[in-house]
Amino acid sequence: MIPRRDFLLTTLAATASAALALHGEASSTELIDANVWLGRWPIRDLPLAEPAALAAKLNANGVTRAWTSSFDGLMHKDIAGVNARLVESCRAHPIFEPFGLINLTLPRWEADIAECAKHRMRGIRLVPAYHGYKLDDARFVEALKLAASQRLVVQISCVLEDERTQNPLMRAAPVDVSPLAKALKAAPGARVMLLNWLQSMASKPVLLTLADTEVLFDIAMLEGIAGIEGALESISAERLCFGSYAPVFYHEAAKLKLRESELNATQLTAITHENAKRLLFA
Amino acid sequence: MRIWDLHTHFPTSNGLASAEQRAEKLLRCADRMGIERLCLYMGFPWSQDPSPEKFRADNDQVMSVLKKWPDRLLGFVYVNPKHVDPSLAELERCIANGPMVGIKLWVAQHCNTPEVKRIAKRGHELKAVVFQHTWIKAGENYAGESTPMELAELAQGLGGKPIICGHTGGDWEKGIRAIAPVPNVFADLAGSDPVAGYTEMAVRELGAQRIIYGSDASGRSFSSQLAKVHGADIPEAAKRLIFAENLIGLLGPIMREKGIKF
Ligand SMILES: [Zn+2]
Repeated sequence: MIPRRDFLLTTLAATASAALALHGEASSTELIDANVWLGRWPIRDLPLAEPAALAAKLNANGVTRAWTSSFDGLMHKDIAGVNARLVESCRAHPIFEPFGLINLTLPRWEADIAECAKHRMRGIRLVPAYHGYKLDDARFVEALKLAASQRLVVQISCVLEDERTQNPLMRAAPVDVSPLAKALKAAPGARVMLLNWLQSMASKPVLLTLADTEVLFDIAMLEGIAGIEGALESISAERLCFGSYAPVFYHEAAKLKLRESELNATQLTAITHENAKRLLFA
Repeated sequence: MRIWDLHTHFPTSNGLASAEQRAEKLLRCADRMGIERLCLYMGFPWSQDPSPEKFRADNDQVMSVLKKWPDRLLGFVYVNPKHVDPSLAELERCIANGPMVGIKLWVAQHCNTPEVKRIAKRGHELKAVVFQHTWIKAGENYAGESTPMELAELAQGLGGKPIICGHTGGDWEKGIRAIAPVPNVFADLAGSDPVAGYTEMAVRELGAQRIIYGSDASGRSFSSQLAKVHGADIPEAAKRLIFAENLIGLLGPIMREKGIKF
């Protein structure tokens, strides 16, 4: 199997296809990156922290649209200010599509969601592990309902940093998503996507736990060889979306995952942009 | 660009029964990613504190697939310093009298101990590459799990012979700091999230000639780990060193001795 000659041909082909272009991928193909961040990441100076530099990298790697929130909202309490600055950055670099960060533990968080709608955002992003609530919290269900009524997609970012390397004074365990299915039943019309989910969180297999929902999943922290193929054993390709977690992660990681798994054209189209679009317009 | 992978294991995914089926899946993915050779170690299921019987069985699983893909796979012998004499005997069986070219030490016992030093020194006599796993965990390390600080201690007693710091401690900003002053320690990039800036900092603090690409597939994807080099803002020459040339430099003498072409 896999004789050396074939291997060399593969290698040559891969080398020839310049940086990271995919087999058969036309340069005009759309690529929506559902998991991008601006603002200040508190624990490290990121090489692509500046919006212009990040926009250039995303462009170079074929991204046509990047759903983007601001890290400033992790700690800042003036969320309206954070999201207003995000909107300005996105206006300056049109590849970014602003998703307002919402902190459900702040007084009048509902006003921040309304503000996102006023900014004509397409979605909001939650970081429950950093803001300190669980998905069985009544405020979470209310947020899903409010977002649905304002036609905003809801992204939940489950992990921002490997638990094993976190600052001991600021530990944030991965989000337990087991209450999500019940919350979704209470909030009809809510459209939810998980970002930075791990195959197992709170000792539960995530894909299995959410199999009967319509929740979408990004691929930024999807690990294991041929990880997308692996996920497709549990869920259909209609449930997966391209997401990179740039600029915290090297953007190439997500891009290469599309090559590492053997995907047909339909699956590639679904994952690179169709699913994300369907979610926006559902 | 030529890519050799320092750090891989058999896939554990369901439906793959034999060592051969597992190695084939690993190689099929490696092909897609343009990876030429893979260092493979440990069998299945994993054991953190293997008995001599268990590590011999693990090494038999690895050797069984080396035979089939001699131009793609390189075997490292898995041993346990808690059983130092059987471990040394395993070095004879698998390296001196067998096809393996390196040693894998995991989490059974801390590495700043005389037992690990004996194993590493015998490895060096055999021209084997010595790989020691390390992590620095915010919670707790496993009871026998080494840190890069302990590895630096071990390395200073090895007469300048090379040793690889597995995962660069996982918490790589700390790991790089710990190993920087000990020039015979190499950094393994494998098995942590593809956090931007990792490789740039390693190149700045260690120099590209002390860094080696590895994936820790199959638990990790090749993609996330390749991205640490493909995506890094470092010169092309540095990428070539990290992707293959440094590892080839370490493995060259033993591969030549064993007549393994490369
Ligand atoms: Zn490993």
